Amino acid sequence: MAKENSIKILELQLQAEKIRKRVVEMIFSSKSGHIGGSLSSVDIDTALYFHVMNIDSENSKKEDRDRFILSKGHSVEALYSVLAARGFIEDGVLDTYGQFNSILEGHPTKKVSGVEHNSGALGHGLSVGVGIAIAAKMDNKTFRTYVLMGDGEQGEGSIYEAAMSASHYHLDNLVAIIDRNELQSSGETEKVMRLEPIRERWEVFGWEVFDVDGNDIKALVDVFDSLNYSNKKPKIIIAHTIKGCGISFMERLASWHHGVVNEEQYKEAVVEINERIRNLSVKKEEYEMR
Amino acid sequence: MKCDNTIPGRKMFSDTLLELAKQDKDIVVVTTDARGSATLTSFAKELPDQFIELGIAEQNAIGVGAGLASAGKKTFVCGPASFYSARSLEQVKVDVAYSNNPVKILGVSGGVSYGALGFTHHSLHDIAVLRTFPGLHIVLPCDIFQTKKLVLELVNYSYPVYIRLGRNPVPNVYDNEDIKFQIGNANILLDGSDITIIGTGETVYHCLQAGKELHSRGIMARVIDMHTLKPIDRRIIEKAAKETKSIITVEEHSIFGGLGGAVAEIVTQVHPVPMRILGIPDEYVVHGTPLQVFKHYGIDSKGIFDAASNLIDSNRI
Repeated sequence: MAKENSIKILELQLQAEKIRKRVVEMIFSSKSGHIGGSLSSVDIDTALYFHVMNIDSENSKKEDRDRFILSKGHSVEALYSVLAARGFIEDGVLDTYGQFNSILEGHPTKKVSGVEHNSGALGHGLSVGVGIAIAAKMDNKTFRTYVLMGDGEQGEGSIYEAAMSASHYHLDNLVAIIDRNELQSSGETEKVMRLEPIRERWEVFGWEVFDVDGNDIKALVDVFDSLNYSNKKPKIIIAHTIKGCGISFMERLASWHHGVVNEEQYKEAVVEINERIRNLSVKKEEYEMR
Repeated sequence: MKCDNTIPGRKMFSDTLLELAKQDKDIVVVTTDARGSATLTSFAKELPDQFIELGIAEQNAIGVGAGLASAGKKTFVCGPASFYSARSLEQVKVDVAYSNNPVKILGVSGGVSYGALGFTHHSLHDIAVLRTFPGLHIVLPCDIFQTKKLVLELVNYSYPVYIRLGRNPVPNVYDNEDIKFQIGNANILLDGSDITIIGTGETVYHCLQAGKELHSRGIMARVIDMHTLKPIDRRIIEKAAKETKSIITVEEHSIFGGLGGAVAEIVTQVHPVPMRILGIPDEYVVHGTPLQVFKHYGIDSKGIFDAASNLIDSNRI
């Protein structure tokens, strides 16, 4: 069992690295996008789409599917890449990103299979998630709703209206995740507008709060697996991440919020990711041989 | 103004919805501490499992409504028009219209219904703003019979819709609920070829009174009930421009971008005729009851009659 689990984690890590590479490719070829926050959220998206959520690309609208709302809509390159990897978007379509009349807009839209809600304006996703979660409760459906928010996004007041209503209605089928990379467009979140203590703020709103290393797939899988979906409390996972995670020259720099890589940087990034993919593949083979 | 009707449109709306909701558990109502304003006390009491109170939080209410609709609920978000069309405007734009979630947003006490409560409570911008969101339909019923027919159509209507109703009982335009009504198809209440008067919502009654008075003086006015502002009935406007000599629009709304703007956008490009746009001018509304305000700005029957007479006179010169 331990062996199988280790292999499963290695597979998820490999998947995340491939998605990371796709994100860099999309941003390099389109010369646009939000690379920093996409890279910080890749591991969260991967854990959700490849481990946690009940979804089916062949039947993307099935009634009992789990729902994912990307409230921080600007991390769309990560979402499109994970949807492609999961079979919702054909790979050729990903190459149209940034081209005239592509269905892949710079923020998520429902034109794309697997996208549940149009987002991009911040502070909206949690309310929509609350609505979906209430509908599930009304119909005695067991599907779950996951909402990924940014940390800079926490400045939007509407989030706290949604937070109140989620605990008021005991929405234990709703899970919010904060991509806590500590940077927003203009700099450090704590300097732009102080957010701490985030944990305590959410606790007093009546949520069950978890802290996790949001770039550690195993830690993410463990925290999602531990959630109690029948304890009458909405849950929030503060995923501590690194903006630009996985590309050493980008990490922890606000300037990469929507920076675009040049050819040299692109090559450097790909070399770095390929190196990790190789190492993970070797490691996985070793485990399989044991 | 004599008013035999004692039922406010918002009550007709919620009573009709309650009866439908008893037979259809997918009908849900969301509100923001506006049970009284939107006449939802009976609904909340009789169908608590289909009623969602969100407290004073309009942004959340529209977002939650969008989520409910996306999960298949026939969702009505009900509260004051002034707040839903301004405070939660971005949620209406993104979560309802752009995301094509067929939420029905009922804005009650629209226009200057709140009268003396002042400008914070008036919604004289809603049509102008909401008209620019693709896919969002806009309906202003003029009386309780039309309101009832509207609710029956809305329940299974696949588009998001903003509905604006007033606060107080107003005289009926139609005789009973056995009337022709379909979203997007305007009704001709009086026919004629001298001038066209187009109203929407509560101004329709005043337009009809003015039209009758004109007829009695030998001026054949055509009166149109433009209950749907979007999608607007282009055909009936084009026909009026071609068949009558001038057009007056009358709305309980800013003179910018509402019914008058919508009609002018068509008339100027298809068959230009002289127009007058009657509504609330670019100023903070005078303090008074809705009827006093209507009279002050000339959107009551006398004001409309005078404007029509002047327009006809000026056309003769």
